[in-house]
Parts: sequence; structure tokens; C-alpha cells
Amino acid sequence: MNLAIDMYRENILENYKNPKNFGEIKNPTHKASSINKSCGDEITISLVIKENKLTDIKFTGKACAICTASASLLTEEAKNKKIDEIKKYDKDFSLSLLEIPISAVRIKCALLPLETLQKAILNNGK
Amino acid sequence: MKNIKEQFPIFKERKKLIYLDNAATTQKPARVINAILNFYTNSNANINRGMHFLGEEATQLYEQARVTVAKFINSKDIEIIFTRNTTESINLIASSIESIIPQGKTEIVLTEMEHHANLVPWQQLAKRKNLKLIFIKTKEDFSLDYEDAKRKISSNTAIVSVTHKSNVTGIVNEIDKIINLAKKQNALTIIDGAQTIASKKIDVKKLDCDFFAFSGHKIFGPTGIGVLYGKKELLEKMNPYQFGGNMISTASLEKAGWNELPMKFEAGTPNISGSIGLAEAIRWINEFGIENISKNEKELTSYALKKLSELNGIEIYGKNQEGIISFNLKNTHPHDVACLLNDEKICIRAGFHCAMPIAKKLSLNGTCRISFSVYNTKQEIDFLIEQLKKIKGIIK
Repeated sequence: MNLAIDMYRENILENYKNPKNFGEIKNPTHKASSINKSCGDEITISLVIKENKLTDIKFTGKACAICTASASLLTEEAKNKKIDEIKKYDKDFSLSLLEIPISAVRIKCALLPLETLQKAILNNGK
Repeated sequence: MKNIKEQFPIFKERKKLIYLDNAATTQKPARVINAILNFYTNSNANINRGMHFLGEEATQLYEQARVTVAKFINSKDIEIIFTRNTTESINLIASSIESIIPQGKTEIVLTEMEHHANLVPWQQLAKRKNLKLIFIKTKEDFSLDYEDAKRKISSNTAIVSVTHKSNVTGIVNEIDKIINLAKKQNALTIIDGAQTIASKKIDVKKLDCDFFAFSGHKIFGPTGIGVLYGKKELLEKMNPYQFGGNMISTASLEKAGWNELPMKFEAGTPNISGSIGLAEAIRWINEFGIENISKNEKELTSYALKKLSELNGIEIYGKNQEGIISFNLKNTHPHDVACLLNDEKICIRAGFHCAMPIAKKLSLNGTCRISFSVYNTKQEIDFLIEQLKKIKGIIK
């Protein structure tokens, strides 16, 4: 019972209302966008990668609370990390950042930022 | 309407269920479930094939179902083709319509509020035959702009295909006006009736449309059975788009001739149990009275509109809705609203509702959509409102 209420705990709501790293980078070295077809979440992540290190990361988009919070937490985690390390981030890692169990129907929302980040790293054509 | 819920077993099994997603699919009365069970228990055989008694019985039940559907919308039996759903019905028309398109005409007219089912098949036809797609605009209140319809439907118009009611806003289109405009220009007319068939009396003779499509599962029938009505003289001129068993009259290794209507358009073993379930659903509707369904739907809609509009920071899209309401809570993504309502066993739809162009016009994030049926109550709406207030508290 009340699975959703659990999902909307303070940590999530705080990251939804005041997401970290929200915005655009003027001259990104890498960039990618993704859409969650079922509900319409849209996320764009832009990166600055220098010498195998993620020196800057920002995201924009229109997304639900779970997706936005996930993007906020993931971008914060990835910032200043080595690219090789970020490439190893998997679903479990991304979900663990949210610190709450995510119901099956919302997994897609929660994982959209990770999908977009990995796409951006491979997308050096900007 | 008091004991209506008792006729739907799901409400016995799922005690707290508040089902407000009826525009997606309706729940099924015990009668319909039993009719399907009964067919498989007592009469199961393939149709139009066996020389045995069981095959004959199954064929009879299937054809009786067709008669029931035909009477329901006032058509001839042979003008009813069983399909999987509205989508397949429209695909059938779009795939087979070439031979009846009036010569020299090059335009297909749709509206901006179409479901993907009445949009994408026409996009494909337009591409294949080099036709032009033209869209009747919606006004600021999301209702259809009939002045624009007069401009768009012209002597170039080959096909006019329009939804009877938007599955996003719940706004009902005056299709008689559209059909009239199309007739004057000698264009073919198609009505997507998926959202009106459950609560409006449909008389295809009176409407005088060339085709009318709907799904069984939105009128208390099972999924996987749909209907295409088409005028006999048009269906006769059209070529089938699926080929195989049942739809041929003769076949050699080199060639085949087509069967008569409606078999010509029903290749392979059809959804026999589905047609029987649909017929039972229609009998149920007839006994209940479609005017009662309509009345209940209108009452619930106006009650919900009144209650919703009392909430601060709510945006409701459109007016004069019937049975469907699209809305958004300020600063709250529709997916979050649906997810939190789900906690209280309230089922609503959130997103673009398979009609992305109009849904995006309403709101870039999509909308929350509630839709009513016979078993919904004002108490359920009150509970919904209470929960929406709570959600507003959780997500600022």
C-alpha cells in the first residue's frame, strides 16, 4: 500500500522542485536527448568532457517528479567523475541514488536520465 | 443505477477499485464473460467450414452476432465486417479505398483532434498514392472549427475521415454537418465512432456516412473484436486487403476469386468468441437503455466539472465535454498525479492518449484524463477530488 507516497518522499520532492544542474551549457562537447514515449518525459543532457573527465553537466526538459529527481541526483553524482567510471553506471546504480523503491510502471521515468547520459557520452558530434 | 456495480465481477474482486479510464476500455458485465465461457464450453468449433453440428452451431452464433451488431447501428447484416478494433477497421478502409476514390480528387481531410488510429493510416495512404493531407482546425476552446471545415472540404476532397468525439477532450463533433459538407463535394465519409458507440444511439442510415468504425471493448465487450460498417455498394467495389481462407470463392494454384460480403474482408478464422461476447454486450446495453447510459454519463461529467473547477490551480481543457475530462494540476506532471491516485486504487490515464497532436496543443506535458461509464458514481468523484487536494499538498 501507498507505494507512490513512498516514492514522493522529501528527497525526491526536493530534487524535483529545485533540481541540481538544471539548465544548458553554452558550448557542450557532448549532448543527447531522450523521450519517454508512454508519458512524454523529455530530457536533454549536455556535457563538457575534458581529458576523460566530466567537467560540467547540465540537463533540461519537461518531466515528472521521479524523472526530474533522478536526473538531478545522477548529474550531481557524475559531475567531475572519470568517463570510464560513468560508463559503468548501470540501472541498479541509477535507481539506488533515489534511495526509494520505484514501482514497475515508473522505472522508465527513473532511468531516462541514465539512458540519456550514456547516449550523450557516445554523442561527441554534439 | 444502484446495483449496477454488482453486474460487473471486477468490482467484487477489487473492492476499492475506482475505475475512471473508460475511454481506454470499459469493464465487462458477468453476462458478457459468461457468454464467452459458454461458447468455449458448449459450442466451440471453426465457422463456415465443418459439416458437423458443432461447426454449424458456431457459424450460427457468429452470424447472429453480426445481425445483433447490424440492428444496433441500423445497417444491413452484410455491411458489418468484424475486425480486431477501430484501428484495424480504419486500416482496412485506408488499404482498400483506392478503387472507390472519385477520379481526379487528391485530398484527404481529417481534423487536428484525431486519435493516431484515424491519422497514421491516412498518412500512409497519402504517401502511397501521392495524396495531400488537410486538417480541419480546432478553435481556442478545442472544439472543431466548422468555418474552417467549409474552407477545407472542397471539390478536391476525396476522403473526409473524422472522429465523432475526441478521446482527449471529450468534445463531441457535429458529424452530420461534416458529412453534409463532404456529400456536397462528392467525397467519401468515414466516422471514427470509438468514443461515442457506448453512449450515443448510432444510426448509420440516418447519418448517411459511408463508413463507421468502432471497437467492442469500449462498449462492455471483449478486446480483440471490432466493427467496420461500410455501405454495401462501396464494399462491393473495394478489394480485400488480407488474403487467405474464408475470403475466397474459388482458388487455384495461380489465382483466386473473392467471396461475397462480408466474408471477402474476413480472411482466416475470425474472433468467434469475441463476436459472441460483443453481441451479448449489445443486448445488455439494449436492455439497460443507451439513453440511460448517456444520461448518467452527462450527469457525472457536469458534476465532475463543477467539483474540479472549484480546485485552485486546475486547468480543464475544453467545454461541453461528454464522458471525458482532460485536466492538469498546476506545476504537477500528469504522470505524478496518476501515480499518486493509483495508490488509492483510482485508475486514470495520463499522457498523450494516443493523440499526440491535440494532446500537445492542450499541454506540452500531456494531460490527466478521467472518463466515466455506467458504474461510476458521484461518491467516486468526491473521493477523487479529495485525493487531488492531497496531491496538491504533496507536490506544491
